[in-house]
Amino acid sequence: MGQTAEKHGDNYINHSAGIKSWLLTLDHKRIGLMYFCTTMVFFLVGGIFALMMRMELFSPGMQYMTQDTFNKFFTYHGAIMVFMVIIPLIPAALGNLVLPMQLGAKDVAFPRWNLVSYYIYLGGALLAASTLFIKQVDTGWTFYTPYSIRSSTSATYVLLGAFTMGFSSILTGLNFIVTIHKLRAPGLTWDRLPLFLWALYATSVIQVLATPVLAITLLLLTLERTLGIGIFDPKLGGDPVLFQHFFWFYSHPAVYIMILPAMGVISEIIPAFSRKPIFGYKAIAAATFGIALVSFVVWGHHLFVSGQSELANFVFSLLTMFVAIPTGVKVFSWLGTLYKGSLRFDVPLLYAFGFLFVFTIGGLTGVFLAVVSVDVHLTDTYFVIAHFHYVMVGGTILAFLAGLHYWFPKFTGKMYHDGLAKVACWFVMIGFNVTFFPQFIVGALGMPRRYADYLPQFTEYNRLSTIGSWILGAGLFMVFINIARSLKSGKPAGDNPWGALTLEWQTPSPPPMENFKHDPVVTDGPYEYRGENVHWGMNA
Amino acid sequence: MTMYRLKRLSLFILVGIVSSVSLTAGGAHAATLPVAATDVARDWDSIYWFLMWVSAFFFVGIVVAMAIFAIKYRKGVNKRPKYLHGHTGIEVLWTIIPTIIVLWMFWWGWLVYKDMVHAPQDAMEIHVIGKQWQWQFVYNNGKSTVGDLYVPANKPVKLIMSSEDVLHSFFVPNFRVKQDVVPGMYTHVWFEAKIPGIHQIYCTEYCGGLHSGMLARMIVLTPEQWHNFQLGKEIDLKTLAPDPTFPGYETLNNVMMLDRQSKIAAAEAPKNTGGQLSLADKGKALMAAKGCIACHTTDGSKLVGPSYKGIYGADVKLADGRTVKADDNYIRESIENPTAKVVEGFPPSMPPYKGLMSEEEILSMIEFIKSLK
Repeated sequence: MGQTAEKHGDNYINHSAGIKSWLLTLDHKRIGLMYFCTTMVFFLVGGIFALMMRMELFSPGMQYMTQDTFNKFFTYHGAIMVFMVIIPLIPAALGNLVLPMQLGAKDVAFPRWNLVSYYIYLGGALLAASTLFIKQVDTGWTFYTPYSIRSSTSATYVLLGAFTMGFSSILTGLNFIVTIHKLRAPGLTWDRLPLFLWALYATSVIQVLATPVLAITLLLLTLERTLGIGIFDPKLGGDPVLFQHFFWFYSHPAVYIMILPAMGVISEIIPAFSRKPIFGYKAIAAATFGIALVSFVVWGHHLFVSGQSELANFVFSLLTMFVAIPTGVKVFSWLGTLYKGSLRFDVPLLYAFGFLFVFTIGGLTGVFLAVVSVDVHLTDTYFVIAHFHYVMVGGTILAFLAGLHYWFPKFTGKMYHDGLAKVACWFVMIGFNVTFFPQFIVGALGMPRRYADYLPQFTEYNRLSTIGSWILGAGLFMVFINIARSLKSGKPAGDNPWGALTLEWQTPSPPPMENFKHDPVVTDGPYEYRGENVHWGMNA
Repeated sequence: MTMYRLKRLSLFILVGIVSSVSLTAGGAHAATLPVAATDVARDWDSIYWFLMWVSAFFFVGIVVAMAIFAIKYRKGVNKRPKYLHGHTGIEVLWTIIPTIIVLWMFWWGWLVYKDMVHAPQDAMEIHVIGKQWQWQFVYNNGKSTVGDLYVPANKPVKLIMSSEDVLHSFFVPNFRVKQDVVPGMYTHVWFEAKIPGIHQIYCTEYCGGLHSGMLARMIVLTPEQWHNFQLGKEIDLKTLAPDPTFPGYETLNNVMMLDRQSKIAAAEAPKNTGGQLSLADKGKALMAAKGCIACHTTDGSKLVGPSYKGIYGADVKLADGRTVKADDNYIRESIENPTAKVVEGFPPSMPPYKGLMSEEEILSMIEFIKSLK
């Protein structure tokens, strides 16, 4: 048995007590945990909206709610899951916990800004969520004009909430970029940087460059709603399609804010559980930046049927194809890492396998939507819903769950319950596929998205999907039961239960206040599993 | 490794393979598409199937590799992992081959797209007005229907669409066409329906409240039925051929509309076409009433403003030196906001008519200008 929390005594959790010591903390790990708890609360709320929508869609006709209520439900589900959950989930929660430790740093470069960033996020999220109690909002999370201008609901406050949360995203991005540049441990050269950090770096660049465009767009829309300045509403001389360009100029790169860190998590887990160096380190790092770069010039593929010019459709369809190539490189490189490894199927690797399985479907169906003529039939149908849930849930959420089980022992010092975690993983995997796979079919048959009601010939597919949502919900519920239970009564995990080589594992669990007892020095790459160290860590 | 662990692992792999194969088979079945009722739809189906099979190939390949690795290289079997950082040759290969494949997909997709959006010159034009939450169709003979769009089979039809309020989108799955309908501008779709009968139309851009009830029917008529329709006779929908290839087609005809009884909008269209004005004639009367012809002639001679004759489809030279094509969007803009594009040699003296006319009035005026060849 290695060193345990009890032996070390002082760590970041028990270092100081009282609610104030948490709310005013400058410690990146505590801030990471605060992000984690907040995003989980919103994940629960967004998930409940999803379950209620699926309930209504169990049968054609309106059963439990009016169309207006349904429209509000899908708006909140989308807005909460995108702005309050998936965007901050991996970068802000896991990123804050892991990034400084993988660098061998004591904290991020600007700890005060880090805390400010959290409160900006919380403030924006609460402002947006407060509309749940007054008039709500029914515009869809995309706020397409001119409907969003004329909607009599509380759209203005949701817009301002999203606007506010954007600053948190920018600040965190800036903080991470500076931290990666300035606070790497001696010997941690760029070609030894863990791939999770390459992913966070690329994500941060997108956050810093793209978020201001969303801020401007949301502000213009707010001005138009409140002061009647004609920018997007044709009645006032505006152009509604311009809004879509502005919106997706941010929101397409934002898709990569959601998926790149997830890919980073997978790149950490696969070598650690294969006991092999990652296959094609440079190719994966380059692919990460390739995707980030291309993400800025493909927004127009959301507008293939919007009325934009044929030339624009040609260019955006062509450019979008270049997303597929680096994405393929990553998937193949992960397979290459598994090849001739010594695979240990602990929960993180199980989720990583699940990720590879569903993310491949998500990626391949993305190619369908990039082909301009194919997109014409499929866009705005359930095919698109299925596609982006395979990427956002199947990709990001599964990778998050992989990362959650991977780093849980590090940051709590406790081990989760293995059996329950495996059962939960199967529930999540099966539930997810049963929920979303039928949506490809029903979408190809022509069922449009954002429909409160549907034609009877689509009933079976919708029923299957609703049943799947219960299985998925049960699986996620088990994950959280497991966490809650293990926090209290989990077995001591030891410092490095996976025998991983990155720096966060070379210090006690939970880590002490400033992460390392002695300043670490790096002498080798992050995935140099060979000879003497292939066997499981000191606790195996 | 204990027997128990081995069994559990085999079970895990078995579930993985079975589910991937069933998902792929399901995907192929999923690909059960609505009937392809136009030639463009058939071309669309070809490329869709191509994409499906290429995807299935890669997906099955990846999953089978994962399964084999999970068996051969699990901890208990392979105790000595290979120390390996990569392989330049194979990395180049798996970059280049997918590049070629996706570029081919892009190009094929583009070729189909061009056919999808370029209507033949002789296409019959019908106007579509989207409004919360119904579809109105205005024919060149002045007739107007709500909820049902009547078109002839085997003839190219071009729809000129606009919205009275917010964004809508016109989607006919059986034709594989979809186009947003945008307030303040005209967008188009075209098709040549090969299968007479009823085809579903959906609104696919969220437009508030009853978005999911904004449905309509595309009623494709045989030449004889089309003739009767033009004479103003009621079309007996029961005689229309149902579409036997649509999954669950037997329910198709009676569930097409959620609960709306669709009828030719009697209020808008007189039953007897004998005394009915064509759309262009309505535009002519309107332009006389509004005083447009005080400044614009219809015979090519020059007054305060440019003549309407021959202007539609022509290249117009503007005062600022640009040249624009006089299409529907240009004429609409020139009515609503005349000083946006002033024709060279004319004063910017016309008042804007934005917000003063309905969608239907504007399109009747455009139709009148079109008729002055």
